[in-house]
Amino acid sequence: MKLMRDIWKNPYSYLLLLPAAVYIFIFGYLTLPYIVIAFKNFNVQKGIWGSEWTGFKNFRFFFGSNRAALVTWNTIALNALSIGFGTFLAVVAALLMNELRAGAFLRVSQSVLIFPNFLSWVVVSYIVFSIFSSERGFLNAVLRGMDLEAVSWYSKPQYWRAILTSIKVWKGLGINSVIFLAAIAAIDGGLYEAARIDGASRWRQTTRITLPLLAPTVTILALLSVGRIFYGDFQMMYSIVQDNGLLLPVTDVIDTYVYRALRTTGDPSSAMAVGLYQALVGFALVFGSNWLIRRKYPEGALF
Amino acid sequence: MKLMNKISPWRSLIYAAVSLAALACLLPMLLVVAISLTDESSLAQKGYSFFPEALSLDAYTTLIRGNSTIGSSYLISIIVTLAGTCLAVLITASAGYALANRQVNCRRGASLYFFIPMVFNAGLVPWYMICRELGLTNNIFSLIIPTLLFSPFNLFLTRNFMIGIPDALGESAKMDGANDLFIAFRIYFPLSKPVLATIALFYGIGYWNDWFNSVMLVSDKRLYTLQFFLYNLQSEISAFKYIAQGVPVKAPPQDTFKMAAAVVTIGPIILLYPFLQKYFVKGLVVGGVKE
Repeated sequence: MKLMRDIWKNPYSYLLLLPAAVYIFIFGYLTLPYIVIAFKNFNVQKGIWGSEWTGFKNFRFFFGSNRAALVTWNTIALNALSIGFGTFLAVVAALLMNELRAGAFLRVSQSVLIFPNFLSWVVVSYIVFSIFSSERGFLNAVLRGMDLEAVSWYSKPQYWRAILTSIKVWKGLGINSVIFLAAIAAIDGGLYEAARIDGASRWRQTTRITLPLLAPTVTILALLSVGRIFYGDFQMMYSIVQDNGLLLPVTDVIDTYVYRALRTTGDPSSAMAVGLYQALVGFALVFGSNWLIRRKYPEGALF
Repeated sequence: MKLMNKISPWRSLIYAAVSLAALACLLPMLLVVAISLTDESSLAQKGYSFFPEALSLDAYTTLIRGNSTIGSSYLISIIVTLAGTCLAVLITASAGYALANRQVNCRRGASLYFFIPMVFNAGLVPWYMICRELGLTNNIFSLIIPTLLFSPFNLFLTRNFMIGIPDALGESAKMDGANDLFIAFRIYFPLSKPVLATIALFYGIGYWNDWFNSVMLVSDKRLYTLQFFLYNLQSEISAFKYIAQGVPVKAPPQDTFKMAAAVVTIGPIILLYPFLQKYFVKGLVVGGVKE
């Protein structure tokens, strides 16, 4: 009723809100009833409600296979590695850039550092291929030049966790360091002046002023990514390694597994079961990380 | 000499490190550019290299003159990006205004309504089925609608910016008899240009680089976006195909051609780069370091 009165009072504001509200209703809320197909044996002819119930069979199948542990581990490992290395390197890059005087060099290097962020994963896959292709790849040419044996990269899963982590870090480094640099720029200049008067060196100023004051931003951004740790990057995986079966032991993440179950195997029910598992754990992680942020830095909490 | 004295060894080390990082970000793409400019036959002998043995523009002339579908893919990508971005910005800005309008009493509840799907998302399967039921397959709308508001993050960014606009502006317009539509379009949107440019770039880059909608919902070759064209082109060269099938059945497209196709894909990004950098970075800084 309160809502009706509000709409009556501000008809045009609600008119403006309507398109987005309808959109979120369809692509957000209407997706929820489909969750039941995780507990059914979905059949297109019978529809969501007509298909017969199977209880937890789809879940038992997924968790009973060794795939569950594998894709979960792959997703978490890849994300954790890129969050760890990515954050560390971005902080280092931001600290280094902070030592440079504002000018052409800083501007140009910033522009170049954020460039990979704008490339699509497909273009990145071309870059990866030109480096790692076994016959003509640049890396193998270097190896041959040093009289070392060339490696057939695309058939050796053991290298790919490192390769994928590096690509992810490479793509996000510039953007993250620019965010950190902005946080450093917001630090009160008076603190540094006082430290200089007391005779503190640049190094001491960095470890005693910059780093502690940068810590909230770094922690908040890192925790926000930890909240997303259960989500793999489908576009990244499928452009770079596609459905290369040889690499699946390390490149199969939850998202690619769900995609294959839905499109390749054509089993929407088990795809939904795995999707629900991801959504629930993902939700718990988002809440957990937000709770941690809220406890330490209330101003950075998402909600 | 004076300048040299000013630059301490530490400082030059820092310059070197930053330069190195910048090179690492640029060189991989330059490798692709170099391959695209190499003569195909010299590739076969020497492999990929930053310094082509023999230069050639063949790949680019084939791209322009050849009977490849890259031209129509380019057009599809441009249409999808422009239409999608305009529509997304319009919807986001409108909703942002309503959520920022202090006259609206239920605005907190409305924000929550948008926030819930952001943290709990049932994922790919329902999304795919809803797209199918709405008929969003194999038409131009299936490339635009399913990712229209890919993240409510943009909505909250816009709302927060509009909350910062003084109420007095809207109130005085109301006194003169203006309604909320007028206030939104004539007062708030023009004043919100910086944030609208930022979200336009988020949306624009998202649409331009996306191929997820294509892979999920499109099979008609005439609707291939540039990224999907590139994706399919690439799957013809990937090493594992050779391993799996021994010898490729049909002659794959030449490597130089593929790399040239990748290079022309990033053309618009390079063209818009100064603009991109200005607003994209600003938006990220505002969004990353929350107010």
